[in-house]
Amino acid sequence: MGALGYSSVQIWLIIVLLALGTFALRFSFLAILGDRTLPPFLLRLLRYTPVAVIPGMVAPLVLWPAATGGEPDPLRLAAAAATLFVGVATRNVIWAILAGAVVLVGGLGLTGQL
Amino acid sequence: MTQITPTKAFLQGLRRSLPFILVVVPFATLFGVVATEAGLNLIQTMGFTALVIAGAAQFASLQMMQDQAPILMVLLAGLAVNMRMAMYSASLVPYLGKAPLWQRAFAAYILFDQSYAVSLDRFEKEPELSIPARIAFFFGVAIPISILWCGTTAVGALVGSAIPSSMGLDFALPITFIALIGPMLKSIPHVAAAVVSVVGALALGWMPSGVGLLVAASLAMLTGALVEDWSSKWVH
Repeated sequence: MGALGYSSVQIWLIIVLLALGTFALRFSFLAILGDRTLPPFLLRLLRYTPVAVIPGMVAPLVLWPAATGGEPDPLRLAAAAATLFVGVATRNVIWAILAGAVVLVGGLGLTGQL
Repeated sequence: MTQITPTKAFLQGLRRSLPFILVVVPFATLFGVVATEAGLNLIQTMGFTALVIAGAAQFASLQMMQDQAPILMVLLAGLAVNMRMAMYSASLVPYLGKAPLWQRAFAAYILFDQSYAVSLDRFEKEPELSIPARIAFFFGVAIPISILWCGTTAVGALVGSAIPSSMGLDFALPITFIALIGPMLKSIPHVAAAVVSVVGALALGWMPSGVGLLVAASLAMLTGALVEDWSSKWVH
């Protein structure tokens, strides 16, 4: 692996601007709104933020994983399914992660990919 | 019901953060390994991870850097992935909006998926929780995870290529996120929102990086809120 095609100054520029931009996004409403209340329908919308953002972010990573060059991989699909199933069934994040990890690492081992 | 003290709330948050050790350690290690292999030095890798503290965005912008993308595109990729943070920020306002500005600013700095999901769940279940207790609980969850995040990134950067990449570490991110979502699928509106999010993001994958996800997420939030409206009318 070689060095990136950016100068040291450019790399730090990326890091600092990304940090400032990310902080601005995180602080945005907490900074501006203070103790004012939000309209009820907006609050109802916001209740669905995590289930609206994360599944859409994950879906392409599951269907077209980078590790297999973007080709659908039965093993990673199975690991994702196991994680979701155990997560829904047990309502426990850690059991869900363990289920996914066991299927993935176990499967990689059984197919001689470890 | 008696109010719990901020100290107790902080310790409760600390306990709730413990399971995430299993998540953060591989994920942060992976970032350290990938960033060093891509050519960032130790100080740059640590600056990246400590200033940004947003795993998915760090990976997204690092990916763009490896593709030699223009600086503007590198920034846009990272910030698009982080757009959800603005939604998190807004949804915490009813619970943390009355806290002192410096506490809100510090909470914003360490506001990420895990600290948000765990805290919002607690705040919704216990509306009687005082504001100092809420802030203390949030810090109890977020501070240990942040320290661990930076520490294990350093380990990853130092051991670098000694970790075999065949261990399936590439899939740590999707598994983490799916595990976070599974327990949240507790009602029909939540499931409806998740389905719209997935279908929308896949259907809009042709849009520039991050834009399709934003559109899909907005539609999914609207779906959740509307289905909740309808289902509450059915019940009554």
